[in-house]
Amino acid sequence: MMKDDRFVIPPALARIVSRLPQTPPAAVLAFALDRLLFPRLPLPELDALLEQPLRIEVSDLGLRLALTLTRRGFRPLPAHVAPRLTLRATTRDFLALLRREEDADTLFFQRRLALSGDTELGLLVKNTLDAIEIELPFLPRPR
Amino acid sequence: MMNSSRVRRPELVCPAGNPAMLKAAVEHGADAVYLGFKDATNARNFNGLNFDERSLAQAIELAHAHGCRVFLALNTYPQAEGWAHWTAAVDRAAALGVDALILADLGLLAHARERHPELRIHLSVQGSATNHEALAFYHERYGIERAVLPRVLSLEQVAQVVRQSPVAVEVFGFGGLCVMVEGRCALSAYATGQSPNCHGACSPAKFVRWDETPQGLEARLNGFLIDRYAPEEPAGYPTLCKGRFAVGGHTYYAIEEPTSLNTLELLPRLIEIGVAAIKIEGRQRSAAYVAQVTRVWREAIDAALAAPQDFSPHPQWLAALDRVSEGASHTLGAYSRPWK
Repeated sequence: MMKDDRFVIPPALARIVSRLPQTPPAAVLAFALDRLLFPRLPLPELDALLEQPLRIEVSDLGLRLALTLTRRGFRPLPAHVAPRLTLRATTRDFLALLRREEDADTLFFQRRLALSGDTELGLLVKNTLDAIEIELPFLPRPR
Repeated sequence: MMNSSRVRRPELVCPAGNPAMLKAAVEHGADAVYLGFKDATNARNFNGLNFDERSLAQAIELAHAHGCRVFLALNTYPQAEGWAHWTAAVDRAAALGVDALILADLGLLAHARERHPELRIHLSVQGSATNHEALAFYHERYGIERAVLPRVLSLEQVAQVVRQSPVAVEVFGFGGLCVMVEGRCALSAYATGQSPNCHGACSPAKFVRWDETPQGLEARLNGFLIDRYAPEEPAGYPTLCKGRFAVGGHTYYAIEEPTSLNTLELLPRLIEIGVAAIKIEGRQRSAAYVAQVTRVWREAIDAALAAPQDFSPHPQWLAALDRVSEGASHTLGAYSRPWK
């Protein structure tokens, strides 16, 4: 199993963050996705993703972000809403996926990306993200 | 011994599940890409994957601008109610100007030959042709110019087919394995009622569940437990052929293990045999995968052509390929069998 010690979040931070309210960071994520992703979502895929409760868990940060897609963009959801799809990975691996430096199936085979819930929705999210061409100049390089 | 005057340069054929993957393949040295429409007419029918008419037209333009050919896989078997849809897809691909159609169904082969006589046809791996007489028949009757061999032949069997085949032969070099003679799988039809050969997916996502349980990560296909992975144990695709089953009191990979085919070490022999093209599996993967795998195979094929006697796979090539492999390991599959 591949380990990368150059981009490690201190475990203590995750313990603290996981006890904080998760709605503000979910709102930040929704805002970022609105700017980056929403204008580029192809219509059939956008329709299929509408109103689906999603959860993004950034394991090393202790973040569990609930959000959904509406006609007007991404919206944070209250943490108690049951997700139809949960994606879990570390900060480094999520960034590498967004930068297209890592393949989602590779991370899945290596147990670094976990997916639970509606598999069809998961595949749609994965394939839609991979098909969209986004430049992410301001994201920190994970390696 | 290899006779350099007769060496055939094998074409590197790479997967493109979306425009980003196509770009990655072109940038990293693919000679050709293969792709499909966004529906059940091809064997990678997954949500959010593949091309519509507009993106296919753009893909062809981009590939051709870089000297890369575009093959369209239309390789599932239409059922009675789907006939008009499948033939319309053939006509659409012909109108858009793909360099070849990859077909399996006899009716579609006949349709393509009659309606589009100028169009190049490849026999899909889904056609399950494993001997030169079958290829001769497809060639005489439907004018196929190339055939993709199923991943169930030994290297010596591949050599025999190539020697006597009237058409060029393409083989799989890397990626997911199929042990069911490709077009003849009934495993997931047993579990889900949908066969990969007709619906275009080995395990349709709507039937797949991943559940974290106290015993480990469980993969289920329409309720059937396929495998249970311990924490940190490498996982595979949720297909029945790569599941662990209790057989005769033992629980093990009774059919095939989750592993990827990797024939890098056979490259000089494949070139010597005279295969026309080497295919990389993985239209369901991503641009990152296509970039990583195409880069390695481009370097390896060029190295094997330049100095076949000195060729040995670089450790960094093998490491790069192992990283993206299913189950994080590789196999020579049937190629290494002693069958003749």
